[in-house]
Amino acid sequence: MKSQTHAFVKESTIVGSRKNKAVVETAAQIIFTICAFFAVLAVVSITLYMIISGTPAIFQVGLKEILFGTVWKPTAAEPQYGILYVILTSIVGTGLAILIGVPIGVLSAVFLAEVAPKKLAMIVKPAVELLAGIPSVVYGLLGIYLLNPFMYKIELALFEGSKTHQFTGGANLLSAVIVLAIMILPTVINISETSIRAVHPSIKAASLALGASHIQTIFKSILPAAKSGIITAVVLGVGRAIGEAMAITLVSGSSVNLPLPFNSVRFLTTAIVSEMGYSSGTHRQVLFTIGLVLFVFIMIINVALSKILKKGGSADERQ
Amino acid sequence: MEKSKISVKNLNLHYGENHALKDVSMEIKDHAITAFIGPSGCGKSTFLKCLNRMNDLVDNVRIEGQVLLDGEDIYDKRVDTTLLRKKVGMVFQQPNPFPMSIYDNVAYGPRLHGIKQKSKLDDIVENALRGAAIFDEVKDRLRKSALGLSGGQQQRLCIARALAVEPEVLLMDEPTSALDPISTLKIEELMESLKKKYTVAIVTHNMQQAARVSDDTAFFLVGEVVEFNSTQNIFSRPKDKRTEDYITGRFG
Repeated sequence: MKSQTHAFVKESTIVGSRKNKAVVETAAQIIFTICAFFAVLAVVSITLYMIISGTPAIFQVGLKEILFGTVWKPTAAEPQYGILYVILTSIVGTGLAILIGVPIGVLSAVFLAEVAPKKLAMIVKPAVELLAGIPSVVYGLLGIYLLNPFMYKIELALFEGSKTHQFTGGANLLSAVIVLAIMILPTVINISETSIRAVHPSIKAASLALGASHIQTIFKSILPAAKSGIITAVVLGVGRAIGEAMAITLVSGSSVNLPLPFNSVRFLTTAIVSEMGYSSGTHRQVLFTIGLVLFVFIMIINVALSKILKKGGSADERQ
Repeated sequence: MEKSKISVKNLNLHYGENHALKDVSMEIKDHAITAFIGPSGCGKSTFLKCLNRMNDLVDNVRIEGQVLLDGEDIYDKRVDTTLLRKKVGMVFQQPNPFPMSIYDNVAYGPRLHGIKQKSKLDDIVENALRGAAIFDEVKDRLRKSALGLSGGQQQRLCIARALAVEPEVLLMDEPTSALDPISTLKIEELMESLKKKYTVAIVTHNMQQAARVSDDTAFFLVGEVVEFNSTQNIFSRPKDKRTEDYITGRFG
């Protein structure tokens, strides 16, 4: 009781226990700094590690031979380490997955945020969130059971009697693209939906009051107002698609070919996954170089897309 | 007697259980300014939104009665709300320009309604901006974002945006309540010139504003129109005791 009275008296003055406070404040500041430093440390050390382990092969084999070579024979008597087709596959595969996944994702987000009756949205939304939680290898398994046989049927019909086509059993670029497109959906839908919902209702009211229909309002005022969020959704979608390995290893056939729809193909990620187990020597080092290429790839895409993001976002800000 | 543009007959509006407008009837005159005054929550904004069916957006709303625009019932099943809202434009309480350029804001409506020709759009945009008395202030920055304008300029831009679709009626929901006195004055002057071409209905909290700008005034209280008369009569010879109490500031 006594101490309580004492504390009360003390609080009524403006002279505080400065020393104690200062200690707590400094301690908190140090802890925050350390936490932030860990993230930076991780990025820096990963970058250094990738450069150190990825460059030796470049000197041994030659940068041009690796990046622009089209023959991948790492275990032959005279090994060749050309990864041009692998790089092209990653670019084309990711690009197609984005082309399919982003419009579907954004339109689904519009549906959830604007069109769907509340009850329906309450069923669809958790389903989308669940989609995000499914391990990627499960997508791959489903791809094998559902997508590949279907692709094989199309392949048989398309290339019937062809002597040049190598039959893949349905494990081809298209299967990988479809799996990737589905895998980026949750990311694109969730972030787009959030940004569409964040558009102030007065924007919608203004558009409707000018005599716009609901659909016109969505496409001409709500989506443009949500643009920067939707670009973020695309950036993260691209990141997920390009870094994905497990699912597409299972459905893409994983042999090095030009990225044509019905070819069995290998991505940068799947090249590493499928060979790291038994590789050695230069072969192993080239796999690290592939990792480095993937790393640079993702860096470039991130920087480029966030530049576009800034440019697109500036229209929303006051000059 | 002057011609009436909108006649409201026995309008009742329910939000769920809440009876928000009770048996409202009113004649809104052509080429005049009609003001709706009353304390917060009295239904004056709700009533305004009934005139271009913006209440349709609200869940659980039930509307009975008739609103005749030039003799046509706007609540008829065959009415296309986009055509209705093209005729009956609206300016909101908070300036709400789109996050795009000044030009695109004003051109938004005309583009919706199918005007694509650049020279024609240019003309419409300029005329609308002149009509809202803001052209001279923004003519050098039409391609800049509308969000860079001051609040008062944004509100006049929103008026220009509404004028660009060439409405016949302009509804204004407390258009100056978020603005400073000078911007308010500009918009009041603007209203005076607008009534030459348009029928204007305005909701306001500011009784001096209603007295200054309007021809007719309706006093709302808990969903009912207590008194509707020429502004002069309402403010100098109110018939109802409640109106008198309100305009003399004794409650509300």
